[in-house]
Amino acid sequence: MALTRLDQLYRQVILDHSSHPHHHGTLEEATNQVEMNNPTCGDVIELQLNLTDNRIEAIRFSGSGCTISTASASMMTDVVLGKTPKEALALVDQFSLLVQGKEPENLDDLGDAAILSGVAKFPARIRCATLAWKGLEKALATPDETKTNEKE
Amino acid sequence: MMFQGEEVKKDFPILNQVVNDEPLIYLDSAATSQKPTAVLTAIETYYKTSNANVHRGVHTLAERATSQYEAARETVRAFIHAKETAEVLFTRGATTSLNWVAKSYGEANVHEGDEIVISYMEHHSNIVPWQQLAKKNKAILKYIELTKDGQLDLTSAKEQITTKTKIVALTHVSNVLGSVNPIAELTQLAHSVGAVMVVDGAQAVPHMAVDVVELGVDFYAFSGHKMLGPTGIGILYGKRALLEVMEPVEYGGEMIDFVYDQDSTWTELPWKFEAGTPNIAGAIGLAASIDYLNQLGMENIHAHETALVTYLLPKLRAIPGLVVYGPTDDASRTGVITFNVDELHPHDLATALDMQGIAVRAGHHCTQPLMRQLGASSTARASVYVYNTKADCDSLVEAILATKEFFNYGLN
Repeated sequence: MALTRLDQLYRQVILDHSSHPHHHGTLEEATNQVEMNNPTCGDVIELQLNLTDNRIEAIRFSGSGCTISTASASMMTDVVLGKTPKEALALVDQFSLLVQGKEPENLDDLGDAAILSGVAKFPARIRCATLAWKGLEKALATPDETKTNEKE
Repeated sequence: MMFQGEEVKKDFPILNQVVNDEPLIYLDSAATSQKPTAVLTAIETYYKTSNANVHRGVHTLAERATSQYEAARETVRAFIHAKETAEVLFTRGATTSLNWVAKSYGEANVHEGDEIVISYMEHHSNIVPWQQLAKKNKAILKYIELTKDGQLDLTSAKEQITTKTKIVALTHVSNVLGSVNPIAELTQLAHSVGAVMVVDGAQAVPHMAVDVVELGVDFYAFSGHKMLGPTGIGILYGKRALLEVMEPVEYGGEMIDFVYDQDSTWTELPWKFEAGTPNIAGAIGLAASIDYLNQLGMENIHAHETALVTYLLPKLRAIPGLVVYGPTDDASRTGVITFNVDELHPHDLATALDMQGIAVRAGHHCTQPLMRQLGASSTARASVYVYNTKADCDSLVEAILATKEFFNYGLN
């Protein structure tokens, strides 16, 4: 089998997002921000967003991560930009179903992130994919700066 | 006589399998080792022929179980050259052993303003118990620095260990760097200021001959599962004089002498510390693993691992962009090799190696302070043991090259 199955996990679009992530960096001012720590690998992602008129008007992430977590964060920022918190949280739920190998109702709404369905076949990597999305969930729940660990 | 990894491999049924359509190559023994048939058989035979509770019954099975459990203790004693079996306590593993020392000896002997000295190469299990003890008793936790090539800095050790130091707790062998610490020398240093020496031997006992008396240590902790034995069994060695005056950490059956309505007295060593029904099968399995290691010979095991790492390291270093952490003197290292490849994240590398049948560890290896010292958030780690071969090393090198190729150009 060698590396052929890896194509399912690392499609070109994933590698593109990972090497040139969208919305990477920091915001000068953020209404909501979190630091997400994946204790199994030590990866840390910082996520910032600006909520204006109940919409995600700006979003940025920074920090170190593997291909999967960086690409997933990049795809997440693309798809939630301009959404209301309620719409964004619905997408988090859709994405969570996707990487568990279940069929989300509105796959198209997930944009490029839909391609991360391959992660479901690599259980050890699901948490890499969900890190940024869980960060978004936390950030929307807590407007103040918080530091959270994604526990085992 | 030296053994061949190819022959040893046949004793380990789990290694004879295919994962992801590739023959399994197991290079994660520093996390946990595989178990030979001899160990599996010992556990099965115990449950089939002798299972009973120990130190309680008068019936035949109880007597059999008790004598096998205590014979296992003697096997461990002889293996680490302790003076008496009363100094060999069965625990759940090295983590429990270290926690017991912190909880019992530490809480009674470390006071406000006292110092506990550890190092930057410790596993979380030899950091967090001391950190929490220091917080609880208002003591100061100090770290011995590392040299640039990942060895313990002895100058720093002499600076950090002072007359205020009550406990020095160090690993014998780093689970990341593969460096071996001069424990006898460090123990003398600790003793010269009146501190006790606690050693985490989880990565040492499986790979080299260890003599606790020769080292002079006060406490020595290790786990069965890293030395071909089962999970859930470990050892705390302690000097009798210290164990005698220490309070047990857990209370219950087996550890009591007499239970009055309002107070109790404790039984003698080593049972004073072993409350409740112990992991009898685990102890018997551990003894079987020690018998197996003794058959191979600890000197031979050490030589075998040195031969593998001195073969593998130059090949790894020849891979463009690959950085190996730890000592540069290959012959001084144990079978642990921690590395990173270019911009390739260790998790991506480990998944790609798994697809090629190769099991390695990726992450921070329960050593976050060390990772900060190395300036890496995570690393990949390959570790060899008795059943690994030069062919396994070649496969690893080829698989890393294929992974680099895949991430550079591989996707169509």
